[in-house]
Amino acid sequence: MPFSLDTVKYVAHLARIELKAQELEIISNQLQDIVAFIDMLREVDINAINPTSHILPLQNVLREDTLVESLPIEKALGNAPERKGSFFGVPKVIE
Amino acid sequence: MELYELTCHELLSKINEEKTSSQQIIRSLKDRIELTESKVNAYVRLNINDFTCEHTHNANSALSLQGIPASIKDNICTEGINTECCSRILGGFKPPYDATVIQKLKDAGASIIKTKTNMDEFAFGSSTENSCFGPTHNPWQQDCVPGGSSGGSAAAVAADEAVFALGSDTGGSIRQPAAFCGIVGLKPTYGSVSRYGLIAFASSLDQIGPLTKDVRDCALVMNVISGYDSKDSTSVNRIVPDYTQALINDVTGIRIGIPQEYFIEGIDPEVKEIVEAAIAKLTLLGAIHKPVSLPHTEYAVPVYYLIATAEASSNLARYDGVQYGFRSCQSRQSLLDMYKKTRGEGFGEEAKRRILLGTFALSHGYYDAYYLRALKVRTRIKEDFDAVFKDFDCIITPTTPTPAFGIGEKSKNPLQMYLSDIFTISPNLAGIPAISIPCGFTKKGLPVGLQILAQTFNEEMLFKVAYTFEQNTPWHLKKPKL
Repeated sequence: MPFSLDTVKYVAHLARIELKAQELEIISNQLQDIVAFIDMLREVDINAINPTSHILPLQNVLREDTLVESLPIEKALGNAPERKGSFFGVPKVIE
Repeated sequence: MELYELTCHELLSKINEEKTSSQQIIRSLKDRIELTESKVNAYVRLNINDFTCEHTHNANSALSLQGIPASIKDNICTEGINTECCSRILGGFKPPYDATVIQKLKDAGASIIKTKTNMDEFAFGSSTENSCFGPTHNPWQQDCVPGGSSGGSAAAVAADEAVFALGSDTGGSIRQPAAFCGIVGLKPTYGSVSRYGLIAFASSLDQIGPLTKDVRDCALVMNVISGYDSKDSTSVNRIVPDYTQALINDVTGIRIGIPQEYFIEGIDPEVKEIVEAAIAKLTLLGAIHKPVSLPHTEYAVPVYYLIATAEASSNLARYDGVQYGFRSCQSRQSLLDMYKKTRGEGFGEEAKRRILLGTFALSHGYYDAYYLRALKVRTRIKEDFDAVFKDFDCIITPTTPTPAFGIGEKSKNPLQMYLSDIFTISPNLAGIPAISIPCGFTKKGLPVGLQILAQTFNEEMLFKVAYTFEQNTPWHLKKPKL
């Protein structure tokens, strides 16, 4: 069974989510059940099958490299929890 | 008849005959909402004194939805109007632009209702119980869920609190609530309606679609919202047909496949009986039905919960307290700490569960065993449909294995909740169009949905079969007592 408490802690770190101790326990049990269920996919013979990432016969959709209007700074920053001038404000990144 | 009871096409005729106006329709809806919304909770952030629309001042009454109010799910961007996915982490978010479907509705003369409809947080759920604004109640029986995730949209239409609504469907989020609420809901072919401005859940599965009072309204709304959009790289460039041309009351010779895997043990006996009666009705009207097999059906739910959560974990990485929405004030120590606290406090339980499952499926050492395997089984599921559509025009199934379940009944058991999507997930994986229409009621008075599936871009087949069934049955005319 891959879903030990340590795995959930590790995955939560990768996903940048802080979990409370109680949450960790509940979610770990639930994910255990869900992954056990998902494991039924091991029955399917997947030799020589191509994966389907989406169903359309589309690849590398490109547009002409021409200048188009983009969101003005004021609009783009309109929802920011914190801003400094024309930038998003965040806690100090470099010591 | 009160105005709020009418369909889009009935209201459009009245507007054309100058018997009513957009303002009168809004007033009527507002009166209805005042009367019934406390029992339903279909809308979020509702301030009844401020129940208004964005009016498009276009005098051309020939526009296809001129004067019709549109109710919009809380995950479709409306410029300057709160769009929060019913999540704390997007609290206060006012999009700086309109989704393409909103622009198209406005261009067609529709009025956008400024209060959005309730949903499961980020469309994660099948009951609308995972909303930070509290659950929506099923208009037919208020201790039951309306389905989800577009439960607010479906309940609003069923309760006559909306003329029509838009929802989004990733694994059944339009069709399952439409079935539970006794209305029409369509998930269009992947690529036919632009996803630009739809807040992404699982990009390879999401589609916007209509929830309406009847099949004609569904075709009318599809005429407006479909079509190529260069802002969505998975939008398909093709000519949009006039879907109302497919509203033909005739199914003579239509070949219907009935997949045996959808009439499994565990299906509610009343649902089975009602759906079988509906198939018999279509046969009586001239259609031909035969049993078919979609052998990989049982794998659809596990495949879906790997692909959808993997894509969600990636799409939801953007909610980090920097650009919009909620930021935790618990920590100012480091950027990483701010991210973790913001996401830990801002996401609800189901959102966290899905992000973790998706992150796991994509993580080093598990990618091949889980995510890649799921993509390969997805190919098998698609091939099953391709094989059946060689000999059949459409496939008919129940939309859901049971009628609406009780509020709280499944909310503690996520796996059981996931299994309620068992019949609606495969069409998203295969990208094909699927419609749910009302086909009867249980003895307790809960609606049952009939699901019709067709080949990619053959929405016309769905409309033809659905319209014929509707014209020969009374189910779409029934209204809940509120």
